[in-house]
Amino acid sequence: MKRKITMAVLILLFLLLQSTLCQKIAVASIKPNLLIILIVSFGLMRGRRSGMLIGFFCGLFADIFFESIMGFNAIIYMWVGYLSGYFYRIFYDDDIKTPLFLISISDLAYGIIHYCFRFLLRGRIQFFGYLGRIILPEVFYTLIVTIICYRILYMINQKLSLSDNRGVDSLV
Amino acid sequence: MKKKMNEQLKNKYILATLSALCVLLIVVSFLDSSVIAPVKQVSGFLITPVQKGINGFGSWLSGLTDNFEDAQTLRAENEELQAKVDSLTEENSQLVQDREELRRLRTLYELDEQYDEYEKVGARVIAKEPGNWFQLFTIDKGSQDGIEPDMNVISGGGLVGIVTETGPNWSTVRAIIDDNSNVSAMISTTSDQCIIAGDLRLIDEGSLNLIQLTDVDNKVHVGDKVVTSYISEKFLPGILVGYINELNNDANNLTKSGYITPVVDFRHVQEVLVILEKKVYVPSDSKSVQSQTDSTSANPADAGTTSGADEDTGIEPLNDENTGAEPEG
Repeated sequence: MKRKITMAVLILLFLLLQSTLCQKIAVASIKPNLLIILIVSFGLMRGRRSGMLIGFFCGLFADIFFESIMGFNAIIYMWVGYLSGYFYRIFYDDDIKTPLFLISISDLAYGIIHYCFRFLLRGRIQFFGYLGRIILPEVFYTLIVTIICYRILYMINQKLSLSDNRGVDSLV
Repeated sequence: MKKKMNEQLKNKYILATLSALCVLLIVVSFLDSSVIAPVKQVSGFLITPVQKGINGFGSWLSGLTDNFEDAQTLRAENEELQAKVDSLTEENSQLVQDREELRRLRTLYELDEQYDEYEKVGARVIAKEPGNWFQLFTIDKGSQDGIEPDMNVISGGGLVGIVTETGPNWSTVRAIIDDNSNVSAMISTTSDQCIIAGDLRLIDEGSLNLIQLTDVDNKVHVGDKVVTSYISEKFLPGILVGYINELNNDANNLTKSGYITPVVDFRHVQEVLVILEKKVYVPSDSKSVQSQTDSTSANPADAGTTSGADEDTGIEPLNDENTGAEPEG
């Protein structure tokens, strides 16, 4: 229960930060993608189920607040979370290389999918222009933010795991 | 082992179900966006105060860092601003004269009621679209303040965008620099029609695409004013959009295209004004409404057939007169 509440609060917090504070720290009008950090980190630390659900809710709320097409972000983020859950097995405690790698791959994939469905279908075919100006800078900025964010998320997860273990034996 | 298999299977079921749900949502929102509107209303109602708070905190933070800016920068800026004040004062006195002249001309043409008397409401930008792909933002006024979808949003004397959705205390605005945005516009000197299209690739230059400009007489020049057109379905006529900064012939030799610099500084838009008046648009038949797919696209071909074009006759003489009076550069 405690975990669920914490997760809900985290999702809302990240969404709010993404839509407000990120605006202030945008470099060359590129914002880091905080949501993908949250989703991939928890997918990696907690497995497929958590990643999938967190991804779904993050995406759904992002859609509700800002998209005209509901479910678009939800489905991308959900799959991102689910797939990053496959790396749960090779997750080591104080290794930051795996999350960094996974988050950059995910953000890259997210950018490319977004481009394909929202821009390519409308006839904007200069893929490399978008890749160089939007997608890669976003990946890079997200990576930098990850270095700060991941530690915090890791600590939160650690705390939650401790309190989980103290109660019933955790199955996952 | 069996338990683990079950767990995995269950995960896959959940994944499949949620995926199907998402696809369903996408389809539904494509077909009829009014279905999901209530959900947005409720969530927006809950989330807007928090966004306001965080945004206030962010502004306070950036205000704090601004205090540390060294005095030298401030002094240089002060000097620069002083120079600007001087030039603006000069310009202002000229403009006052021009306004007087304009007033006289307007009474002459009985167009007194044209643009000045729109009722407006001020609003603050509290959040922006989370990704880097689109230029939507949320403002802190909504239907309670009389805002409705399709109302025009201006700031700093220029067109910012159009309201796409409203809740009780918030509304979403699509900026004209959004990649999906198309504004039917015209050149103020010659009243040649064109379309101003937002383009994500131009974010660095801070400019907008100008396309499909019909300029048979070659009278449009770089630096000319671009205002919203009177044949636009959703934009009120005569709102300043920007100035042409580049103009080229299209491959078909019939139309021209180029770039304009918007008057609004879209990176730093904080306060906006929403015009509480919608363009009166009477569709000639139901088809022309359905053919319009994008919320901000205003197809001049469609609008030309409407009864709204009647008022063209009233405006046309003034524009022609302007063209005549304009010295050719």
